[in-house]
Amino acid sequence: MDSFVPASAITAPPDEAAEEIVRLTDVKRRFGATPALDGISLTVRKGEILGIIGRSGAGKSTLIRCLNGLEQVDSGDIHIEGRRITGLSEKELQPLRRRIGMIFQHFNLLSAKTVAENVALPLKIEGAGKTERLKRAGELLELVGLSDKARAYPSSLSGGQKQRVGIARALAARPALLLSDEATSALDPETTRSILALLKDINSKLGLTILLITHEMEVVRGIADRVAVIDAGRNVEEGQVWSVFADPQAAITQSLLSGSRPQLPEHIAARLSPKSGAAQILSIDMAGSAAQGALFADLSQALPQSFCLVHGGIDHIQDQPVARFFIAVPTRDAALPEKVQQFLKARGARVEVLGYDPDHA
Amino acid sequence: MTPIMLELLFRSLWETMLMTAASGLISLLAGLPLGLALVATSRGGIAENLWLNGVLGAIVNGFRSVPFIILLVALIPLTRLIVGTALGTWAAIVPLAIAATPYYARIAEVSLREVDRGLIDAVRAMGGNRWTIIREVLVPEALPGIVAGFTVTLVTLVGASAMAGAIGAGGLGDLAIRYGYQRFETTVMIAVVIVLIILVCGIQWLGDRLVAKLDHR
Ligand SMILES: Nc1ncnc2c1ncn2[C@@H]1O[C@H](COP(=O)(O)OP(=O)(O)OP(=O)(O)O)[C@@H](O)[C@H]1O
Ligand SMILES: [Mg+2]
Repeated sequence: MDSFVPASAITAPPDEAAEEIVRLTDVKRRFGATPALDGISLTVRKGEILGIIGRSGAGKSTLIRCLNGLEQVDSGDIHIEGRRITGLSEKELQPLRRRIGMIFQHFNLLSAKTVAENVALPLKIEGAGKTERLKRAGELLELVGLSDKARAYPSSLSGGQKQRVGIARALAARPALLLSDEATSALDPETTRSILALLKDINSKLGLTILLITHEMEVVRGIADRVAVIDAGRNVEEGQVWSVFADPQAAITQSLLSGSRPQLPEHIAARLSPKSGAAQILSIDMAGSAAQGALFADLSQALPQSFCLVHGGIDHIQDQPVARFFIAVPTRDAALPEKVQQFLKARGARVEVLGYDPDHA
Repeated sequence: MTPIMLELLFRSLWETMLMTAASGLISLLAGLPLGLALVATSRGGIAENLWLNGVLGAIVNGFRSVPFIILLVALIPLTRLIVGTALGTWAAIVPLAIAATPYYARIAEVSLREVDRGLIDAVRAMGGNRWTIIREVLVPEALPGIVAGFTVTLVTLVGASAMAGAIGAGGLGDLAIRYGYQRFETTVMIAVVIVLIILVCGIQWLGDRLVAKLDHR
């Protein structure tokens, strides 16, 4: 593959040396004949937000539930903060679970307890006294912006408010790691943004490591530092979010990304012919430094009248420009498409010929 | 109705209430743990033990399939052992409690089983042990159903206590049979029925109020 992402971004992330908090080695788990996890290896570094994405049934929930021992593994190893947790008994897992907070898609708040009592429950389990519990619950409710709801019961809250309580509760025992299983899937887009902003804020303020499961690329894009793509119980792709967005390798990643990146408009895609036509349609992908600069201005100066912009745009992910464009190159001059491609590749773009448009004006 | 009859009516009411309350309390104290045990030991439960679950289930079903009137007679030796006599109000409490316990255990089991697994997972994920799960999740979350089921059990016990009249237990049922039926005193019969209706409605009303207060779902 011609990589147009600077090699440094893939192989040497800035915090390569950062301490790892979770390590999975070849973890397998099957339910009857279904392999839910089929040999997953993964590490989560201290202080990062790792997004785990995959289609429904990929094994994401099973994966996250293995991390705090809610689910047992069949083979492979899981280390949390350097300690091997596979094979521990339910009793041995209990102190470890207190170091890991978890938020759930369906909130899982106790209906018989008030908001403050829900938030304070992990502390009660730890054995903290009542005054300390109330104080900490108050602080956390303030952090999530729900101080006025302390005495309310969960049933009187909106979905977004319930999830804020879920987050406050997960943070109560000052965990080292926060696990989130589809925390925003039951919420509307605006509430989703506010919950993600809250998580991001907690990550940067408290330095909390977050492992976030989702099936929406937008969620990963919104807050994750790195992303791992899971399919059929396997880890098919992993990397910095912007580089995966810029250059998705696996077919599943490309399909998960289809809603988040510019695509060739349907009506043009439908009429493309593979061999010849009035114009060659190219996709151009650039990221990082390659995407900066006046590429198209330079192209039209070097090769006047050589192309026509069809669709595309520049996005900024993790402060990195990620560009994706579609252009049509007229085939009147048979040598032109080749020259255009040469020019673009020389500028660090990844170029792909999608086909020929017979109707190009 | 003569003052004597009225006094008899009140005494019978008191005996019925005593039998219902005492056997109800015992069935609550024994049936709730039994219901918890049935849920905890079932497949995927917090203390899965299918063998124990099978044994408990069989005992509960065994007691529940014996008609109360037969249980009443069959338990006479046990009653005599516990109370010292097989006759009277106190003696009736033994078979009533023994019949009501498995009945209530099944009702409690249904409510406990309905508690969302996700809530149990949430508390496990916090590092809670089985007792924490029982104390903080199962019982509080199922409480409205546990109370509603207890109300049903009490009402059933009011009816069952009438049958205990057969062993001279006293109570309203006994009164209705002896005076209303055997001596054709229709007024007594009507009075007993009215008192029973008021008693049952009162229990149900209190139960419903309590459930409404406890239910935050
Ligand atoms: N307790 C279980 N018993 C049997 N099969 C299970 C169980 N849990 C998960 N599975 C199976 O394992 C596979 C992975 O499930 P999992 O819940 O991990 O998927 P997921 O990626 O979280 O999906 P979703 O996005 O729908 O939540 C699925 O095929 C599922 O049917
Ligand atoms: Mg899932």
